[in-house]
Amino acid sequence: MSEKSQNTEWPLWEVFYQPKDGKPFEHAGNVHAPDSEMALQNARDTYARRNEGIGIWVVPTDQITASTPEDQGPFFDPANDKPYRHPQFYSVPRVVKKRT
Amino acid sequence: MSTFDTTPETKQDAIVEVMLRLADDRLIHGHRLSEWTGHGPELEEDLALANVALDMIGHAASLYSYAAELEGNEDEDYYAYFRDDIDFKNIAMVELPRGDFAFTIARQFLFSIFSYFLYFELVKTVEDEQFNGMLRKHLKEIKYHLRHSREWVLRLGDGTDESHQRIQEAFDEIWMYTGELFDKDDADDIAIKHKLYVDVTSLKPEWKKIVDETLEEATIEIPDDDQFMYSGSRKGRHTEHLGPLLAQMQFLRRSQPDAEWK
Repeated sequence: MSEKSQNTEWPLWEVFYQPKDGKPFEHAGNVHAPDSEMALQNARDTYARRNEGIGIWVVPTDQITASTPEDQGPFFDPANDKPYRHPQFYSVPRVVKKRT
Repeated sequence: MSTFDTTPETKQDAIVEVMLRLADDRLIHGHRLSEWTGHGPELEEDLALANVALDMIGHAASLYSYAAELEGNEDEDYYAYFRDDIDFKNIAMVELPRGDFAFTIARQFLFSIFSYFLYFELVKTVEDEQFNGMLRKHLKEIKYHLRHSREWVLRLGDGTDESHQRIQEAFDEIWMYTGELFDKDDADDIAIKHKLYVDVTSLKPEWKKIVDETLEEATIEIPDDDQFMYSGSRKGRHTEHLGPLLAQMQFLRRSQPDAEWK
């Protein structure tokens, strides 16, 4: 693909869908679209044709601030030796266990 | 199958006639849209057009299926694959070659608004339960087709110089085929009497209002209604474009009539 044709591509949008009422939105993938309304329609056609969800968000990809691979150390490693952050030292009553 | 004279005599003839008109419009339009598959201007739009095409062909299939049930035909595919152009009842607008993207969008827009108002009135009118259920299902998808094509009309009209010129030319070219949307004949009257159809002439003011508003917003000049209007397709007088379309669509089924999906 030449540099010119790359430049004329529509902007990229990240697509999130809500599987059910009350559930958090999940990332589905992305679409190209000239603006937000078309992004919504393209997202519907690409990711929500098979009963995947009941709601869609589209967000311009360049508006997302993301952590970088270099952040991995300072961001996530400190959690490795803090197992007490997981509620796994309590004994769970059998009735509750059954329910989950 | 009668040709040119399609006046239904009984209530059942009328309902079958109405279903075939609705179904043929959707099958042929769906086929034209399906020609974009793999050729869309962008991957996402390719998917969108194929989606709308599938919706329309699906609408046609369910209508053919019910028509076959009423007529006691075992094979609903007969309607799609074994009738000749003279027996097809679709309006000419939907059989015109797909043209460029602007033409495809202009046609889908004009047809979808008509479908929207037609179905909206039909679901209020039709007493036959199975037919009505089908119409309700289709109406949801039609609302989406209208939204998709309307948004594109706005963007092409109010977009670049080239997109504006192309969509303007598309509306100018297609205008003479819009008259047929509102043509009414004896078959209509019988179907209306039996609460199986509505008076399409009454849909024109609403259709015209949305078309005019959208074109104005899109800075597209509204073509003149006072011009030659094509008519006669419902009775089998088609343009030269339907034959080649059917040849392509029907060829395999006709050359292998006994083939089955395995």
